[in-house]
Amino acid sequence: MKPFDYVRAASHGDAHDNAARIIAGGTNLLDLMKHQIETPTKLVDVTRLDMTEIEEAENSVRIGALVSNSDLAADPLIRERYGVLSRALLAGASGQLRNKATTGGNLLQRTRCPYFYDTTQPCNKREPGSGCMAMEGQNRILAILGTSDKCIATHPSDMAVAMRVLDARVEIEKPDGQIQLLTLDELYRLPGDTPHEETALEPGDLIVAVHLPDAPKGKHVYRKVRDRSSYAFALVSVGAVVHTDGGKITDAALAFGGLGPRPWRDTEVEQTLIGEAPSEALFEKAADILLADAKGYGGNDFKIPLTRRVLKSVLGELTGATQ
Amino acid sequence: MTEHLKMDKVQPRLLDETGQGVISTPMPRPEGPLKVSGRATYAAEWKAENMAQGFMVRAGIPKGSYKIDADSVKDMPGFLGVYSDHMVRNSAQGTMNTNPVQLEHEIQYLGQPIAVVVAETFEQARHIAESLKVDYTRDDDVAGDFDAVTDWKEGSSQDQGDLDDAIAKAAFAVDSTYTTPPHNSAAMEPHAALASWDGDKVTVRASLQMLGYNRNEIADSLGIDAANVRLLSPYVGGGFGSKLGIDPASVSAAVASRHLGRPVRVVLHRNNVFEMINLRTQTRQRVRLAADSNGKMTAVGHENWQTNLPDEPFAEPVDTATHFLYGGENRRYGQYTAVLNRSASGSVRAPGEAVGMLALENAVDELAEVAGIDPVEFRLRNIPDTHPENGNAYSSRSLAQCLEEGAEKFGWSQRKSPKERREGEWFIGMGVASAARTNILMESKARVTLNPDGTALVETDMTDIGTGTYAILGQIAAEMLGLPTDKVTVELGDTDLPTASGSGGSWGASSSGSSVFLGAKAIRAKIADRLGCSPEELRLQDGVATGGNNRRPLTELLEGPISEEGHIEPGDQDVAQAGFGAHFAEVAVNSVTGEVRVRRMLASMAAGRILNAKTAQSQVWGGQIWGIGSALTEEIQHDRRTGHIVNNDLAEYHVPVNLDVPDLQVHFVDERDDYANPIQSKGIGELGLSGAGAAVTNAIYNACGVRVYDYPATPDKIFPHL
Repeated sequence: MKPFDYVRAASHGDAHDNAARIIAGGTNLLDLMKHQIETPTKLVDVTRLDMTEIEEAENSVRIGALVSNSDLAADPLIRERYGVLSRALLAGASGQLRNKATTGGNLLQRTRCPYFYDTTQPCNKREPGSGCMAMEGQNRILAILGTSDKCIATHPSDMAVAMRVLDARVEIEKPDGQIQLLTLDELYRLPGDTPHEETALEPGDLIVAVHLPDAPKGKHVYRKVRDRSSYAFALVSVGAVVHTDGGKITDAALAFGGLGPRPWRDTEVEQTLIGEAPSEALFEKAADILLADAKGYGGNDFKIPLTRRVLKSVLGELTGATQ
Repeated sequence: MTEHLKMDKVQPRLLDETGQGVISTPMPRPEGPLKVSGRATYAAEWKAENMAQGFMVRAGIPKGSYKIDADSVKDMPGFLGVYSDHMVRNSAQGTMNTNPVQLEHEIQYLGQPIAVVVAETFEQARHIAESLKVDYTRDDDVAGDFDAVTDWKEGSSQDQGDLDDAIAKAAFAVDSTYTTPPHNSAAMEPHAALASWDGDKVTVRASLQMLGYNRNEIADSLGIDAANVRLLSPYVGGGFGSKLGIDPASVSAAVASRHLGRPVRVVLHRNNVFEMINLRTQTRQRVRLAADSNGKMTAVGHENWQTNLPDEPFAEPVDTATHFLYGGENRRYGQYTAVLNRSASGSVRAPGEAVGMLALENAVDELAEVAGIDPVEFRLRNIPDTHPENGNAYSSRSLAQCLEEGAEKFGWSQRKSPKERREGEWFIGMGVASAARTNILMESKARVTLNPDGTALVETDMTDIGTGTYAILGQIAAEMLGLPTDKVTVELGDTDLPTASGSGGSWGASSSGSSVFLGAKAIRAKIADRLGCSPEELRLQDGVATGGNNRRPLTELLEGPISEEGHIEPGDQDVAQAGFGAHFAEVAVNSVTGEVRVRRMLASMAAGRILNAKTAQSQVWGGQIWGIGSALTEEIQHDRRTGHIVNNDLAEYHVPVNLDVPDLQVHFVDERDDYANPIQSKGIGELGLSGAGAAVTNAIYNACGVRVYDYPATPDKIFPHL
């Protein structure tokens, strides 16, 4: 770990520091610093700032960036209205990590690609232009959608998958005090030729909250497939809210984890489902659309058929259609 | 005085005659409160005045040579030195007793220790280590891929009868190839050492399992006399084979301390533990079995392929249990080895059986299936009368009882055919596997002292690696001396004390326990003498001696302390000696995703006299959990181009978590093994793992009809077949 300066922000102004990295729970950043994958010279600790409330507003809920994953998952309002989010949070990490990890920090956790984590190895994300060892290496946990020939990393968050389902918008305070609201698709960048540029955040930006609009209509499910029962990242996960009425699907919102460099949502999949009667054939069609551009890299080929199976199972469960 | 016994004939069951009644009871470990309150001091927790901190430098290339550029870091804050002399390539093998391979400037695998950086603080040392410039000369001829190996070298092999002919003529036969990945011991406590020199003598506080051997290994690595090495390991936070031999931390701490003239502490980072400490080898295993129309086995073939680093004197004894578990006249064994540029292979809990039984017990299940015989019944039918290769009798073997009682307790009769039992998306199934683990006695010494105040002291350099040594040695002494257990103190883990067997190979409890037994037995003889009775007549209970017509408290009888050393040595006996058992598992397999959840397990075990029902049960629980891990989740993944470990931490190397571990039942079949040692006990620590994983994978097959040949049985290997 490289020596660094540490300051505790007393005000939002302190946090808008172009030269510093922001630290809250530190559950990912500290690991990255110990390995010298991230080498900030200054940390601003924002944990004393006033971003710890879950507030109900008209047609939305505002979650402070410092709300811990544990508190968010257990919040009665979240449990009642946004079940998919509560379940996704509880499917992530371990109890200890969820106690420390924050809402804002969770969004910004970095990939678990093993080559990104080993500084003896080339990695286009860690060292732009150095190459990608994962593409022909151990890539069992890596992405099949949204990849580029430079990077096949996945975003590891469960929480972010549920937030993508819920059309969350991230409230960012700019250094000049202006507020910017970004959807998750606007926040996260696809790797393209610049996998090291992961988000739209700019130096000095501070995530202060996440806004959830009223939950879409329907039943909530978060289904996560993993190698062990807890403390394992998703091989594939599906967050879904689906409503049926009169034998037809009237509302559908779906997002996927473990597949791409950001929580993956494909509105075409949802449009295919809405207005139709649930059936095996319809679910197959939805999976065809979702996976049309999926590309396996050997070790992760299995994710393509697995995603299809899980999607069909989740849709069957939510619509009451038999598998 | 020393009471010596070479164990070459059956001994009387004295512990069945003594009257204190503490042996075998589920006594809590006496050091437990220290451990759970953080007062048991582990190696990395010691501090010394003026102590400096070391951090290991790992090789960044898989093969080649290197030069350390010390000038690149010498001006960094806190820098004290960077040293590569005497550097060990990897940890020493168990009972090696000499230095492990030491390389000068040569790299044979990525992650190899190439230097230790020492600084004033740990953070400085780590930062310097990560900033140090190393000039590498790469050798691109890297062998990193197990599956690409073609030049297998034939090691040991053994033939009996005609395997091919027997299989050709058999009513039922199986020819299956299984693969198992490398495993990490994943002990909770990472390897650590604090070394300090006083003249030409070095004291190392380390985390090691076998101090008698380890002292010689350190001395040999440093080029000094073993008499000048003192090791202290009173508490060890799990070993599982990874601390059988000395590690890079202990040698590097001693080297750096000698250079600097001040105490140096080196703690391995978890990544270092994965890379620098010996792993269990990856294996490929071909098992061929045949049976006649009555389901009686006629042939057993077990061949294995495995790898290591160059010049590493270890091969996983994959077929150990296969030799004596089941009958069959025609037998073949073969071992094939190759060298790879990957972290070294060595002993990890139950070397041999841990992976050998995964393959053998799956193959037996397959054979029972094709023969149309219940797997428990099939195993019962194939228990041989005598050792199928040398004709020796078994010293004790309750395998049939373990299978029968286990099946009864588990509810085996409720087992259905594949896919017959379903709960929602989940298929439910049951599996069984036998357990077997060779029993070993090793030379061991202990000093037992009985004080006139009615207290006793046990002293030996034996270790407690979380297994319960403090508890059982105290129980043996208390039982033999007729004292409540709280009157007995046990001192362990110091090479100044009599040399013990060390903890490994499941021999620790029996070997060191026998030495304590012998020391106490000699004290009993002296008490009998003072009381004026024969040792046979003597009865000791609650500090009171009774014999002949006399009855006197020890406090009156003793004028001063009585101190005796017990010394046990293995003898020559023509018997087959092993612990046996049976594992049962019930699993649920998700029909959509292929995820497996173990719902319950039962281990039915026979290991001679159980010395402490609680710590023995804990050992078996650990074995069952390791079985779940080896069956479902644990896998070291190497990059096939570089050979390096890509999942070198506990986030990505998946040991079972609490939620993976269901209700675990343990049933002990009462047994005494008169050939094993004078306390009639056999090892339990590895027996509990032997076969456990195979019971899980056999249950997967029974649940959903999918047999996984490539361990571990992760979802991706199951769902495509559902």
